[in-house]
Amino acid sequence: MIWRRVACAVLLLVVGVSLAANWLAPAGYAKQYREAAGAPPSHEHWLGTDEIGRDRFARVLYGTRISLLLAPAAALLSTLMAALVGGLAGYLGGAWARSAMAVTDLFLSLPWLFLLITVRAMMPLNVSPVISVLVTFLLLGMLGWTAAARVLCATAGSLRDSDFVRQARASGVRGTRLFWVHVVPNLKPVLLAQFWISIPAFILSEANLGILGLGVAEPMPSWGSLLKELEGLVSVGEEPWKFVPLVLLVVVVTSFQLVLSKPDEVAA
Amino acid sequence: MLGRKILRHGLFILATALLGGFLSATLVRLAPGFDSDEAQLDPHLSSASVQALRQARSDQHNIFLFYFHSLERAAHGDLGTSISLSQPVSTLLEQRIPLTLRLVAFGLLLSWAAVLALALSAAWMRAFAYDALATVLSGTLLCIPAAVLALLSVLWNVPGALAIALIIFPRDYRYTRNLLAKAYSLPHVLAARAKGISEARILFWHVVPVAGPQLLALAGVSVSLAVGAAIPVEALCGLAGVGQLAWQAALARDLPLLVNITVLVTLVTLLANSGADVIGDMWRGQRA
Repeated sequence: MIWRRVACAVLLLVVGVSLAANWLAPAGYAKQYREAAGAPPSHEHWLGTDEIGRDRFARVLYGTRISLLLAPAAALLSTLMAALVGGLAGYLGGAWARSAMAVTDLFLSLPWLFLLITVRAMMPLNVSPVISVLVTFLLLGMLGWTAAARVLCATAGSLRDSDFVRQARASGVRGTRLFWVHVVPNLKPVLLAQFWISIPAFILSEANLGILGLGVAEPMPSWGSLLKELEGLVSVGEEPWKFVPLVLLVVVVTSFQLVLSKPDEVAA
Repeated sequence: MLGRKILRHGLFILATALLGGFLSATLVRLAPGFDSDEAQLDPHLSSASVQALRQARSDQHNIFLFYFHSLERAAHGDLGTSISLSQPVSTLLEQRIPLTLRLVAFGLLLSWAAVLALALSAAWMRAFAYDALATVLSGTLLCIPAAVLALLSVLWNVPGALAIALIIFPRDYRYTRNLLAKAYSLPHVLAARAKGISEARILFWHVVPVAGPQLLALAGVSVSLAVGAAIPVEALCGLAGVGQLAWQAALARDLPLLVNITVLVTLVTLLANSGADVIGDMWRGQRA
């Protein structure tokens, strides 16, 4: 239980600090200090500057804000899509459920990263940085619903055959009212769980896309684009401050895992 | 019964390939810039020549016709030509598949060796500290993006197969550990222990047969994970395999190449999953 509290505190702290980026780094993430390009950490630049002279601390703060605000947005979109496809399919049952699950299986049979880069490549790559942020997270949201849809289909299917739904049906409640009033409220715990599970998965996916150069476009920072800097390293001990985005990402994803895990799993 | 199951899997794979192919062809056809042809911009061409070029591409306007022609060509081994590399897709795939297969196979082998060694010893010893250590190790690896593990493997000069193994390991370890722990807590295992049967005999006669079919299903899924992990590992480690080809095709928006690779990868993962499913059923059938 204590681990969960610590994880919650860490998440709140990271979100709070990233939201205060405008005050902590007022110069912004794109300002170049050309006389100090590639500088090591100093009083002016706590994490040094990147190879074109941008303050790394400011970029980490703004990047954290982008990743931490948009991953939940993508998770919300994917959960809603899963609820629509899986929930309705499970509730309707029969051929509807079979067809919806066949499409879901088709998506699930593709390795996640292959699917992401294929669909990302279908879209123009030379878009403005803001559009690239939206495209990246929209893509995650629109492709990440399949596993959740399976779970929701099974849950909605079992709810359809439950006693209280049968009783409601026998009382004359039909169609959309039965679905919205009696089925959807009981899907809420599963929807919430799927929403929280999706967030760390999307953070990691964005990081992978960013490192491969298919994520958020420059000069916008995100954890993925910040981690791309590691590509130029010759050894791990050479410039350890470049690992700060990685450490932050691991801490945040671990915190999410701890918040989501059951108490006995944490103990193990 | 088994024959019907294999037939059902075969039909599912065929239907998925046809549907996946159609979706891919549709995406290629609808992608921005598909209709543009640099040859048409040549100022030396007359309007009649430009018209002839347009006429030659006219069958590509209808998605169904486009898909039918693509299928027809694919049946003869012609998977189209890569836009960015100007080479036949089939030739590119032939050159790159062996390396990816080797990488994925070694990665899977390493990962499963580590998973089974750690999960079996954790379930066998039932020591809290050991279990906690293994869980922390797998949990930490799970929180590191696959591409970062690939980059670290370059920095530390370790083989790409090890990077793939590290990417798959945490995903497989958790399930395997839980499956084995569940199998070890079954009443017949407790009874065997009470009778004084040796731990090795309990493991091979009472635990593995129970957890085996599910472990096989997990092995099928891990093929899909390994193939997915091949993209960042090959791209960032400079290995000329199918994963690197897919990444280059994505950066160059070379859709014919990318779509062919995606369909191929889908078929491989479906075959692996179906194979694991059928073998698992045979195993269950033998036990029954």
